[in-house]
Amino acid sequence: MSRNRHALAPSRRQIVVTGATLAGALAAPRIGGAQARPVRIGLLHPVTGFVAYSGAQSRLGGQIAIDEVNAAGGIRSMGGAKLEAILGDTQAKVEIGVAEVEKMNEAGVAAIVGCFQSAIVLATTQAAAKYGIPYAVDVGASDLITSRGLKNVFRLKPGFGKCVDEAIKALGGINGAAGGIAKSAVIVHESSEFGTGTAKLLADRLPGINVEVKEVIKHDNPTRNFDNVALRIRSLKPDVLMMSNYQNEYVLLARTLHQQKVDLAGMFSVLGGGFNYKFAKDLPDVAEHMMDYNHWFAPTNPKAQAMKKKVEAMGTLFTFEVYLAYNAVKLIADALERAGSADKEKLTAALAASTWSDHFMPYGATRFVDGQNQGGEAAALQVQKGDIEVVYPAQFASAKPVFPKPKFG
Amino acid sequence: MLNFDIVLAGTVNGLAAGAIYVLVAVGLTLIYGVLHIINFAHGSLLMLAMYAVFFLFTRARIDPYLALPLVVAGSFALGYVLYRFLIGRFAHGKDENILLITLGLSIILDNLALFFFTGDTQTIDVPHASGIVEIGPAFLPKAKVIAFFAALGLCAALGAYIGRSDMGKAIRAVARERQGARLVGIDVEHVFAVSYGIGIACLGAAACLLMPSFYVSPSSGHAFVLIAFTTVVLGGMGSFLGALLGGFVIGITESLGGLFLGEQLGQIGISLIFILILLLRPTGLFGGGR
Repeated sequence: MSRNRHALAPSRRQIVVTGATLAGALAAPRIGGAQARPVRIGLLHPVTGFVAYSGAQSRLGGQIAIDEVNAAGGIRSMGGAKLEAILGDTQAKVEIGVAEVEKMNEAGVAAIVGCFQSAIVLATTQAAAKYGIPYAVDVGASDLITSRGLKNVFRLKPGFGKCVDEAIKALGGINGAAGGIAKSAVIVHESSEFGTGTAKLLADRLPGINVEVKEVIKHDNPTRNFDNVALRIRSLKPDVLMMSNYQNEYVLLARTLHQQKVDLAGMFSVLGGGFNYKFAKDLPDVAEHMMDYNHWFAPTNPKAQAMKKKVEAMGTLFTFEVYLAYNAVKLIADALERAGSADKEKLTAALAASTWSDHFMPYGATRFVDGQNQGGEAAALQVQKGDIEVVYPAQFASAKPVFPKPKFG
Repeated sequence: MLNFDIVLAGTVNGLAAGAIYVLVAVGLTLIYGVLHIINFAHGSLLMLAMYAVFFLFTRARIDPYLALPLVVAGSFALGYVLYRFLIGRFAHGKDENILLITLGLSIILDNLALFFFTGDTQTIDVPHASGIVEIGPAFLPKAKVIAFFAALGLCAALGAYIGRSDMGKAIRAVARERQGARLVGIDVEHVFAVSYGIGIACLGAAACLLMPSFYVSPSSGHAFVLIAFTTVVLGGMGSFLGALLGGFVIGITESLGGLFLGEQLGQIGISLIFILILLLRPTGLFGGGR
């Protein structure tokens, strides 16, 4: 009996093995959850080349968003799947941008965020469309981006058509309040899709607010010297200068006009590439009273202020590239959460149906029509006493515009 | 319609811009004249010198004009060391190796600059270089006027050095006949390194004169490279006088081209000169028939 009892009773070794197996089986789902397959997000920007600064800022914004999503537990509906950045550099060249999309597709990205220059956005979104990869445009202003019927393209911010319309409204309001002193303008723009498209719209809309366009001056990137442009502007004697340029040329043009003491009632850029805190800080005399109509965070939103502090603590400026890329990645994270899958079709459908409002832009909940968010709105900004103030629209304004700006000497 | 005053002002602007082109091109032509190679690292080394001016101003508050001797000396030392311990050592006497080394050097320097300095546009605010000088109908920024006269002075000094000093004579001897120079006891490798150093020192001077009115970013040096090459081809490869005249011709062509054809299309004048000179006089205005 006792022997039989002993024969039926589990041995000590069997208890240890069974216990270990049970413990392993119980722990397995938790280990499996922590190891949910990461979702790859392509961050495609020009981090080398003539707009490298803007590219690096965009990449930073995207990476901060990815880190935040991961720190908060990843995509919960996908078992806490982490986001993984696949970095790409367009080098500010169309063909390189397209090649990077091909590489990202090989790497199995679920979505792409990019890529700053309109001309390159046009080509890379088309390349991504071949594989049905959802593409969130962070910066890229051309209206063509969302008017080609590509189902994979989504843009949170407004395109240059809406920006120009709103900028004209802002300028008309500011000029009207000053007694309509601005009656003529010269437009100086860079020669790619962004500058050319914006300038064309400006030339078309300015007469509508009783501002005659005296000349439209186009320049290349890079431009070494704006002395002749300054000479031309001086001879034309416009009341306002409208600018649409990338960072280097924006700064060089503004500086040349200041050094040559060209008197203007105002310098007003639309999506001015060089208008940021650094410009206001490094060249305060040049930047003072310059105006820009550009993407801006909702200044009263605590999340925006918290992120501004975070970015500045990293020794970097809170430029529009940072928060537009950040919000584009968060838009994708929200869609992944709702789709519960990294499947491209499901993700595209989730993006198209997005009503995301957990951002800090003055946009309201997202609503995409043909890939363009309908609530996107920019703001008129002005450098005042070395800082950047929102001067339009009134509900977000932090200061009144100074127009006309004081004359030299 | 452009009136005479604007054309005159444009010409003056072109001369002012040309002075900087002269400095950049003189360095390039000197290196070509002695070493018989095209220095592909020219733009990157200009960028490096511009960063040196930027940091001297922002960190040590040294005025870019006062920094000129320091930056020129530093650039010369860098050029000398680069040739002596990198280019000369690994070229094994082959011109094609030198081309590859300078090209590689350019890529490395550009990316190191991007890594350490970021791609941001950096400027310095020099109040005493701000403001304008009226020259007839032209309103020239003070910084450009200073750059014009300083560039002319530096070119004259360099011309005198090359023409009268022992080292200058050695440089000319090596440029003309390196084997013969070696036979009469000239340390040819040392002369090569000195020539390369002087070429880079010219970039240091150009950087000091540029920064009060320009900006620096890791790609900013390359904006001057095509201009410098065109200037050297126009003036004659290796010709000091050619680089001097060529720089001003290119500056004026660019300026007037911009006025008559628009800023974008105006650049076509530079390319046109390049093509015409290659077609009609491949040795350049002052180039020898070597």
